[in-house]
Amino acid sequence: MAGQINNVGLIEVPMGITLREIIYEIGGGIKGGRQFKAVQTGGPSGGCLTAKHLDTAIDYDSLVAAGSMMGSGGMVVMDETSCMPAIAKFYLEFTCEESCGKCSPCRIGNKRLCEMLEKITDGRGTMEDLQELRNLAAVIKDTALCGLGQTSPNPVLSTLDNFWDEYVEHVVDKKCRAGVCKKLMRYEIDREKCIGCGKCAKGCPAEAITRTDYTAPGHKLASMVIDSEKCLKCGACIGGCKFGAISVK
Amino acid sequence: MANIKLSEDKIKTVKEIAASFGNRPGEVINVLHQVQGKFGYLPAEIQEVVAHELNIPVSRVYGIVSFYSFFTMEPKGEHPIDVCLGTACYVRGAEKVLDAFKRELNVEVGKCTPDGKFSLNTLRCVGACGLAPVAMIGDKVYGRLTPDMVRDIVAEYK
Amino acid sequence: MINLTIDNKPVQVEEGTTILKAARQAGINIPTLCYFELNGMKFENKPGGCRVCVVEVKGRKNLAPACATDCMEGMEVFTHSARVINARKTVVELILSDHPNDCLQCEKNGDCELQALAKRLGIKEIPFKGAQSTYRKDATLSVERDMDKCVMCRRCETMCNKFQSVGALSGVNRGFQAVVAPAFEQNLGDSSCVNCGQCVQVCPVGALTLVDNIGDVMKAIADPTKKVVVQTAPAVRVALGEEFGMQPGEIVTGKMAAALRRLGFDYVFDTDWSADLTIMEEGTELLGRVKSFLAGDKNVKLPLFTSCCPGWVTFYEKNFPDLLDYPSTAKSPQQMFGAVAKNYFAQKIGVKREDLVVVSIMPCLAKKSECARDEFKVNGDPDVNFSLTTRELAHMIKQCNLDLNDMPEEDFDSPLGQSTGAAVIFGATGGVMEAAVRTAYEIYCGKPLPKIDLEAVRGIYGDSVRTATVDFNGLAVKVAICYGLSNARKLMEEVRNGNPNGYHFIEVMACPGGCIGGAGQPYHHGHSDIIQKRMEATYREDAGKPIRKSHENPDIIAIYKEYYGEPCGHLSHEQLHTHYFDKSDKIEATK
Repeated sequence: MAGQINNVGLIEVPMGITLREIIYEIGGGIKGGRQFKAVQTGGPSGGCLTAKHLDTAIDYDSLVAAGSMMGSGGMVVMDETSCMPAIAKFYLEFTCEESCGKCSPCRIGNKRLCEMLEKITDGRGTMEDLQELRNLAAVIKDTALCGLGQTSPNPVLSTLDNFWDEYVEHVVDKKCRAGVCKKLMRYEIDREKCIGCGKCAKGCPAEAITRTDYTAPGHKLASMVIDSEKCLKCGACIGGCKFGAISVK
Repeated sequence: MANIKLSEDKIKTVKEIAASFGNRPGEVINVLHQVQGKFGYLPAEIQEVVAHELNIPVSRVYGIVSFYSFFTMEPKGEHPIDVCLGTACYVRGAEKVLDAFKRELNVEVGKCTPDGKFSLNTLRCVGACGLAPVAMIGDKVYGRLTPDMVRDIVAEYK
Repeated sequence: MINLTIDNKPVQVEEGTTILKAARQAGINIPTLCYFELNGMKFENKPGGCRVCVVEVKGRKNLAPACATDCMEGMEVFTHSARVINARKTVVELILSDHPNDCLQCEKNGDCELQALAKRLGIKEIPFKGAQSTYRKDATLSVERDMDKCVMCRRCETMCNKFQSVGALSGVNRGFQAVVAPAFEQNLGDSSCVNCGQCVQVCPVGALTLVDNIGDVMKAIADPTKKVVVQTAPAVRVALGEEFGMQPGEIVTGKMAAALRRLGFDYVFDTDWSADLTIMEEGTELLGRVKSFLAGDKNVKLPLFTSCCPGWVTFYEKNFPDLLDYPSTAKSPQQMFGAVAKNYFAQKIGVKREDLVVVSIMPCLAKKSECARDEFKVNGDPDVNFSLTTRELAHMIKQCNLDLNDMPEEDFDSPLGQSTGAAVIFGATGGVMEAAVRTAYEIYCGKPLPKIDLEAVRGIYGDSVRTATVDFNGLAVKVAICYGLSNARKLMEEVRNGNPNGYHFIEVMACPGGCIGGAGQPYHHGHSDIIQKRMEATYREDAGKPIRKSHENPDIIAIYKEYYGEPCGHLSHEQLHTHYFDKSDKIEATK
């Protein structure tokens, strides 16, 4: 058991125990009192289950019925700070690395899945991409030579099934609710709160922060501004601002 | 075809390892494992000698070396750094830790610093998910890492 | 027997039959891409990698690759359900998404199996956009590699390793970067490659192609200061017609000579003529070695190996440097022709050798490399300037607005044009052996050969190595022939181990079925029956020749009388014989 959970480590449980019991009783609930979002079971070839599956009894068949699998027995718990399309992409990157290259659906198909997910998490995706993603994932499962390719699309299919809204948000609203997809983020300085100390500009590795002409009432120095073209979204500025003037949108 | 030049000792070492496996073509992976264990990496000349000793085409040896991520043709640094990018580490911010190592050492993944001290690589799970995110330097495991810890850790080896 | 249904049609097959073969038996042609077979010639590439041949099997969770799934009793197979068609199209779209798709400029345009597949499946667009794998381009004198086009069918790798045991190519890297390449992705020319070109013959796409020399030849023809001579190999005349829609096995010797004349060659000669010359030299060499052996010479090198096939020559230079004294020193017919043309013929017509351009039309890619070897040059001027393949000749004829079908029957020019049936059969496996026996027997025994056809060494199917014992007046001459360098390797190793079978003479051809299955021939796409038909035509042409023994060729008799004196004499040693080089890998220990 790993991930955003209070108690991590190796546990032994009887078949038939529910996910809720494992996560909230043995695992001690989600870290920092945040909201449970998903649990990934079965390793990279498994699937992501959601809150509606929390009362699923854990055994081979019911996990498969829910769209995941027992697999390695591993469980990674995710909270609201995890972005599901980004998680799917993460797993596909793993599959692409592990693909031996022998059969075309796995060699090229997983690469294409990964690229489509990148397009989506970069905010360039379309609703057609979501349809194509589903078809391609299904064909790879159906045609790949070995177990790797036959299961590698599972994280895509299960997140599409269980977190459809989140994909649509990325594609239509160009938003990542978890704040993970850097390309969809905007760092902004509230010019009223900024005292113009310039600490953020000094710490910015991209030299994306400059001084404006505007001095907010009650402050001596002009406020700072972030050039979003140059901004790497590294977050260095936020950590350094004592005045809470920088936010992510 | 090639004219391979290699030091006498190295040829002798490869020959001994190949002989210990009976020079059987089927043992090529085991032979490569041991040879890499001795030299740290598998440059082209060494692969030629392995092929010669096992009486198989060098293209096949290279096929194996280039296929398995364990085998490398790049020399490793004195202190090889491996950052875990397994799922548990990933959801706990392993990518930011990796970025910090890249910045601190000014080196890309898979490469070695010009002074040969550090090489940076990634791997998928070292079996220490409870300590996520994790990195290894040599055989030492560093757990619960945050990007700001990286500078001090690297300094231990400088 | 196993009973199953394919697309609701009952089929009965033998146990161990794949769905693909069962379907073909039932008249259902499931498309394939990576699968490749030379039926009956012991070559099969079945990696199950492309997934184009997937079919639905009732009760099975995922789709099954027809090429790699055996039929089972009661199986219900569907080869064109909506699920299958969608999957098959998607797979081909994926393959196309990692392919340059520059079909109009591709060497394989019109001959490409991926192109044909895309057309057959009605692919209209490629929905997947993304990175394409790219690799460094590379070429030898014979083979060009553009691995951007590789579809990872691995036919070339199987051909290079299993059929030829050359081991130049291997699958390297993994995942999206996986490709077939020489070790360290070095130049193919620096590898163990022998330029046999069979990788090109089996490549379904334009990843492996020939080095095109049409431009060089056109330029020479257009140059008024040059006299251009052309020679055509035996195997070309039984295959060239295929490029013009004729049936495999149609003999186009006369039409080809007419076309060559219309292309602008000044003299249209025949490699068959120099094949007869080769038999005189090689046959004499064989008899010389056998006689020395019988006289008690312990150092004589037997068996004698043929040396007509340049892929084979390079193979033993790279792999058997300790046996370089065994092959015949007689040059190949291509190079003998070049030597005669540049020495004897140039002088005869009063042209400086540099102003005589010798072009050869060969079924072969290795010939392009052979004619560039330094030992076949005089002061940098090669005996054979350019070697074109059968495919290039067909291309050239089409470029010049000609159609082979419309050509009249014409003869070759004299004096390097007349040949015998013995020369014709050089094109098929076992042919050089048979031709040599016809002549060596009569010279040694001083009487006519009782049976001219040496059936035991004929044929493209059956045993990998064929042997025969011919009674030379009480001397049992043991001969062996094979095609495919992996078979040759076994014979070489036998010789290395003391020649336990006591062979006197061994013929080796690198390509399937000999030159008729050469890499420069029209693409057979795995149909071994095409090679069979070319072979049948070869023996038909032989049987129809008025003279069928090299030593009876009047032009050959004449040139010995007029120029060379005698076979293996001083002048022929100088011009018609060669020597071999150790080209093996060397590992040098340094301090």
